[in-house]
Amino acid sequence: MRKMLLAALSRVLQGPAAAARPVSRVVVASRNYADFASEATFDIKKCDLHRLEEGPPVTAVLTREEGLHYYKTMQTIRRMELKSDQLYKQKIIRGFCHLYDGQEACCVGLEAAIKPTDHLITAYRAHGYAYTRGTSVREILAELTGRKGGCAKGKGGSMHMYAQNFYGGNGIVGAQVPLGAGIALACKYFGKDEICLTLYGDGAANQGQIFETYNMAALWKLPCIFICENNRYGMGTSVERAAASTDYYKRGDYIPGIRVDGMDILCVREATKFAAEHCRSGKGPILMELQTYRYHGHSMSDPGISYRTREEIQEVRSKSDPITLLKDRMLNNSLSSVEELKEIDVEVRKEIEEAAQFATTDPEPPLEELGNHIYKNEPPFEVRGPSQWIKYKSVG
Amino acid sequence: MGPIGRGRGKMAAAAGALRRLVRCRPQQGLGRLLQLRSGIHGSAPAAVQVNVRDALNQALDEELERDERVFLLGEEVAQYDGAYKISRGLWKKYGDKRIIDTPISEMGFTGIAVGAAMAGLRPICEFMTFNFSMQAIDQVINSASKTLYMSAGMVPVPVVFRGPNGASAGVGAQHSQCFAAWYGHCPGLKVVSPWSSEDAKGLLKASVRDDNPVVMLENELMYGVPFEMSEAAQSKDFLVPIGKAKIERQGTHVTLVSHSRSVGHCLEAAAVLVKEGVECEVINLRTIRPMDVESIEASVVKTNHLITVEGGWPQFGVGAEICARIMEGPAFNYLDAPAVRLTGADVPMPYAKILEENCLPQVKDIIFAVKKILNI
Repeated sequence: MRKMLLAALSRVLQGPAAAARPVSRVVVASRNYADFASEATFDIKKCDLHRLEEGPPVTAVLTREEGLHYYKTMQTIRRMELKSDQLYKQKIIRGFCHLYDGQEACCVGLEAAIKPTDHLITAYRAHGYAYTRGTSVREILAELTGRKGGCAKGKGGSMHMYAQNFYGGNGIVGAQVPLGAGIALACKYFGKDEICLTLYGDGAANQGQIFETYNMAALWKLPCIFICENNRYGMGTSVERAAASTDYYKRGDYIPGIRVDGMDILCVREATKFAAEHCRSGKGPILMELQTYRYHGHSMSDPGISYRTREEIQEVRSKSDPITLLKDRMLNNSLSSVEELKEIDVEVRKEIEEAAQFATTDPEPPLEELGNHIYKNEPPFEVRGPSQWIKYKSVG
Repeated sequence: MGPIGRGRGKMAAAAGALRRLVRCRPQQGLGRLLQLRSGIHGSAPAAVQVNVRDALNQALDEELERDERVFLLGEEVAQYDGAYKISRGLWKKYGDKRIIDTPISEMGFTGIAVGAAMAGLRPICEFMTFNFSMQAIDQVINSASKTLYMSAGMVPVPVVFRGPNGASAGVGAQHSQCFAAWYGHCPGLKVVSPWSSEDAKGLLKASVRDDNPVVMLENELMYGVPFEMSEAAQSKDFLVPIGKAKIERQGTHVTLVSHSRSVGHCLEAAAVLVKEGVECEVINLRTIRPMDVESIEASVVKTNHLITVEGGWPQFGVGAEICARIMEGPAFNYLDAPAVRLTGADVPMPYAKILEENCLPQVKDIIFAVKKILNI
């Protein structure tokens, strides 16, 4: 039985061709939902602490519902990024494309611990966050392909996607960190108990403006969680070659810090809950280092194997893949079944395919769009094109 | 006696005040308020003398009071009352939440201001001088000016960046640069450059109320200069529209276009030239971007001669842009001579007084240029 189920599973994971086979060839042992546990408790890795007496808990409860939701979300992001890889190689996506596959536990885990009314800002490896913060796969892919149905009407591209309480998508390394502290200042100013999650990478962690921001956030007790997504490489430079101290969770000095296993979604969630509570209680900023990994290179222009070995990448995939980790936990604790997860995989694939279809067939934005969105709330005016005779109308 | 209006007498008084100013720097904290009343029954409008510093202070106070989302941050703006005393008294009145002293971290606090604007506040970010804005220029251009466009209208950035710009007196090369051309270059920004107290007050208020990132280029040497402020200008809702130039002086023979402190030099030159029968039209740009080219064109059509005057460097400057735009438009056919630019000298600003003086367009340079362009 198990062999047949595993065989069926492997066929599904092989790709669309396999999934197209008639269902009757896959032996399904029907299980009713009474066979599933409603929740399970897991041990999670203890976080290293800096200037903190206590840290996040070392166990986490995962309900069946949560598990299915996290699984589906991570799988959606995974497949969306892989689809983007495909579209880029077909030259349907152009320019910059920084993919997030491998890091899914970070964005999904963070979102699981905060509210939609909280705020989040990150750098350019942002497609996962655009999704978890509420943008549809359709709109994300159409933005990547530069179509009018994109979340920024095709005017932003990969690095400039925005949503409610999600401030992008920022192209300049480190610049988003002071912005995030400014958003946190607004949270404190308005007094609505909201916080801001301000993300940056291990490469950005050496930017001076981040230290300026640490200083002001601590001085003014801004409700800001600084989050360093340490995926071990800043473009082609490993952390050992870029930083005199690779303990990124300690780099905030007077700001308390936590080092978190960024491949374990429960670890991320529990640490973020802890950090959010710290901020909301008025204690000021806190720093989280999420130790994670990206399977792709820095961007689609980087094969990602000149500065690291294929063996290393393979090892992470086989031992620490965030989706596999969650899946194993759920299967081993009767929170779900292979079939159920397979059904989710099929749903996800379908969603991605439809979104990709839209993204490749939706028209590009009309030329009139070129002049728009220069100013907000401004009476229409003219914008100069490449010559004095070419003018575009600008409306906000 | 009729109401105080526009007239030679007022211009001469202002010119005199400016001449005194050129010789010695005004002390900080100096703000004389002389009430000039006309008419026995007080039914005529009452103008007052207000210096640029106090005008800015009033504008800040009024806008802080009007909208709770407005706040001021920058170095020494709170407890020191402002490096140039522009924010005097505001911290006492509004407290730590609304008037924030920052550490010396331009890139950091500018980014914080921009982020706060993205999240719904309306910050006023003060640079002690615009020279220091260079350290933060990425936040002004890449984070503030481009975000509305990149987000296709989803994320507005209603922030005001303000502070003294351009040359001061004896502060050396690193503290004397004019950034009008640098910021004026960038779509997504509005850039304003006040000359008079009315300009300063009205433009600052308009900038705060504008939903876009505005760079306001003030001038340190103008802070202590008094100007007459009409009764209308004293109102709490007095605004100077962004994007509209002002004709400070009507004329027929030549158009002098300028911004900031140079406007005063143009008016001084005009006062001298009128004795020789030359009537200069002096245009105060007030806004660098979006520039009111139409007003310049209309003036050139009338006078047939154009001279631009600015403190910034010549290459790729405000004057260069004006000349290019005039060439492209209908006014070109009305020019009787090529347009002329008066600018700062093409060198870093030296310290010694005689050198520094000769690095900026002086009144005598404007007079010389007018005579040259008119062939007299």
